[in-house]
Amino acid sequence: MSPFADLLEALAFEPQRLGKLRHLTRYLSRTPDPDRGYALGALAGTLDLAAAKPALLRRLVETRVDPVLFALSYDYVGDLAETVALIWPSRPPTEDPPRLGEVVEMLASAHRTSVPGLLEAMLDRLDASGRLALVKLITGGLRVGLSARLARTALAEYGAVPVEAIEEVWHGLDPPYTELFAWLEGRAPPPRAEGRGLFRPVMLAHPLEEAELSHLDPAAFAAEWKWDGIRVQAVAEGGRRRLYARSGDEITAGFPDLLPALDFEGALDGELVIASGGTVRPFADLQSRLNRKAPAPALMERLPAAIIAYDALSLEGEDLRARSFAERRARLETWHAARAPDRITLSPLLPFASWEELAARRAEPPGPAVEGVMLKRRDSPYLAGRVKGHWWKWKRDPFTIDAVLLYAQRGHGKRSSFYSDYTFGVWADDGLVPVGKAYFGFSDAELKEIDRFVRAHTVGRFGPVREVTHTEEEGLVLEIAFEGLQRSARHRSGIAMRFPRVARLRWDKRPAQADRLATLEALLAAIEAGGG
Amino acid sequence: MPPPSATPPLLVQRPAGLYVPAADLHIDPVRPVERAVITHGHGDHARPGHGAVLATPETLAIMAVRYGPDHAGATQPLPYGRSLDLGAVRLRLVPAGHVIGSAQIVLDSGGMRAVVSGDYKRAPDPTTPPFEPVPCDLFVTEATFGLPVFRHPPIGHELARLAASRAAFPDRPHLIGAYALGKAQRLIASLRESGEAGPIYLHGALERLCALYTELGVELGPLRPLREAGAADLAGALVLAPPSALGDRWQRRLGDPVTGLASGWMRVRARARQRNVELPLVISDHADWDELTATIAEIAPARLWVTHGQEEALVHWARGLGIDAEPLSLQGYTDEGDGAGETEAPA
Ligand SMILES: [Zn+2]
Ligand SMILES: [Zn+2]
Repeated sequence: MSPFADLLEALAFEPQRLGKLRHLTRYLSRTPDPDRGYALGALAGTLDLAAAKPALLRRLVETRVDPVLFALSYDYVGDLAETVALIWPSRPPTEDPPRLGEVVEMLASAHRTSVPGLLEAMLDRLDASGRLALVKLITGGLRVGLSARLARTALAEYGAVPVEAIEEVWHGLDPPYTELFAWLEGRAPPPRAEGRGLFRPVMLAHPLEEAELSHLDPAAFAAEWKWDGIRVQAVAEGGRRRLYARSGDEITAGFPDLLPALDFEGALDGELVIASGGTVRPFADLQSRLNRKAPAPALMERLPAAIIAYDALSLEGEDLRARSFAERRARLETWHAARAPDRITLSPLLPFASWEELAARRAEPPGPAVEGVMLKRRDSPYLAGRVKGHWWKWKRDPFTIDAVLLYAQRGHGKRSSFYSDYTFGVWADDGLVPVGKAYFGFSDAELKEIDRFVRAHTVGRFGPVREVTHTEEEGLVLEIAFEGLQRSARHRSGIAMRFPRVARLRWDKRPAQADRLATLEALLAAIEAGGG
Repeated sequence: MPPPSATPPLLVQRPAGLYVPAADLHIDPVRPVERAVITHGHGDHARPGHGAVLATPETLAIMAVRYGPDHAGATQPLPYGRSLDLGAVRLRLVPAGHVIGSAQIVLDSGGMRAVVSGDYKRAPDPTTPPFEPVPCDLFVTEATFGLPVFRHPPIGHELARLAASRAAFPDRPHLIGAYALGKAQRLIASLRESGEAGPIYLHGALERLCALYTELGVELGPLRPLREAGAADLAGALVLAPPSALGDRWQRRLGDPVTGLASGWMRVRARARQRNVELPLVISDHADWDELTATIAEIAPARLWVTHGQEEALVHWARGLGIDAEPLSLQGYTDEGDGAGETEAPA
């Protein structure tokens, strides 16, 4: 348990993706089966132990600890699981600390009534970080900022195979993943993937630099709208119907209204959107349905999900990925025409003869759910990952506003001595109101300039956060670029920005010249009305 | 406030701090007084400007380094174990195990004994002799970590975590925040004991006190000023700085360091997060809950005064044992020695 506890501790405090990867691959290479496989499952969210509720922990600890001392401690620490882990008065251990595998297998096979006794005995055998790991594991609150995708990337690095090869088999396997490790260590063939309703690694597009267009032949490309939904892979094989996000995470449970439409034997690639009355709704509507494990019928009726299909990876049991885009598209159209499924439409191909003509179309999208155009080489096979030279995304220009820097926070790693995370605001009737946070978009030289400004104009400190001068006359105006707006009850301004970043430093402007909240509200209204 | 007793009290509370009426002596006064006895060199206990100062030779040396040789009208060194008669009171200094020169003040008068422990710990520390429990009628204890969630692991456990991080990121410098007096030197000396023989780089603010420790006979091995280090030296280097300097501009020359902080507060994740560090090391020069309670149980005083920290929990616990325990509301002491740093209120 202690290597797992150390890993959790390291991950919890490691802000950088590369650092997290390093910790994880080191752990995988130094930990035996089945411990490492269970750890991987716990981190990737595929190991569901949820053996105990916080209330049980509280009852256990109250048999051991004076209630006044517990209350004072809980009040100070603020987190029940952590308080229990730290305060647990261990008895002199009579046994070695349990291994993770032992903990998982014991809890998984235990009868509900024997869980408290087991837990108590395990807590006695662990030190504080081991207890914290155990408590977080059984209450399902690991939260170390590690995605399932990152876990698969670590596996790929560990086994020196492409991450797509892991993704191809991942969904057919369960913790403790012993056959996966056996393959990665060259001791066994890869686990079987075909025909089991598994995820196929998706093909990704490169952002287009407009200068590149002059080297590309328009006749070699097909063009489509770039839809503002989420990428989805719909798989129907051997009676299994599944939906996967681009990361490979399964999202089937959130969209039961789509499953009847998956009337095929194969795998389609497309965009998941909300569509009603023939129009595709803005992204914000889709967001209200994401992360819902079991959506209520009323919600599904109000915000019905749909798929805009644009590729076929497999149909009638035949893997099409090695064929050209043109061929796959033809197969997709044939299938669609024959079945006319209710909630699946085809992403229309945009006719164009020249790049100028396509640019003109891009400038006038048909609605708010379009964020640019996609270019796909007609002869490109379906390749996993972001392979250069086949697919391009040509996004519409971002929105921009001028905002005023309000707060700055130091970053991590290379940026730990720089104020690099910014909260910015725009003018409302009663002064500046925060509308977003940005921590990229600027150059190294600009970062230094902002850092200097923050240090010289600090008016308040709150832990690692500094408040900077922001009067009408004095302050730093940032040009913020962003991809969209949506309503948000969590923000004081009532508005949340999508992908905000610092586009330029406007030293030439006084804060009084920055934008007003009314400007954002008008833009939001335009987006919602479908004009954006 | 402790209740008045029939005989004149050995120890009372005054605005400047604890006071021994029979000897006209303040203990760790927070403002200038005529006569002061100082438990140890941390800035909130040892302040400049007193008429006369009594302390261990090491504490006086620290005060001279920090405030200059004229920090007091007169100074009197009193080594551990030697007694001094001051009027009706006999005074003795006994190791507190907190930092070099740290002392408990043992006061005997008319068959009564009071011990003011200052800051203390029970965990081993190669830079200072261990805390010596002295049976007494009135014990004055700190309570910096006076909650049962504070349990400092053995320092070896935390050094192993530092070593693991250095092995995982062999090319990145490891920058560790450690309070300039005591923590930094204990960390260095413990690293040496664990076999670390290479140079350790120091932020400028640590140099004088490390030099003083070496003069006082504490072996710290090869130390280098950071400002003299070349870029090639810094790959994978171990660098120590005061906690207040973490995240400041000087550290840019380290590139992409792994930043750590050695402090008892790192036990609690929310506190560690606040400090923006990747490697929180639970290393403290203060007694943790187990040390506080074991010490009080061992000394078994009839009366207990609890000062600076989480008084409430410790008072509650001691009363449960039948000890007449009271919180003291002494002002002006912080958790300085634990590197909580400039932005945090004492807690
Ligand atoms: Zn203190
Ligand atoms: Zn101290």
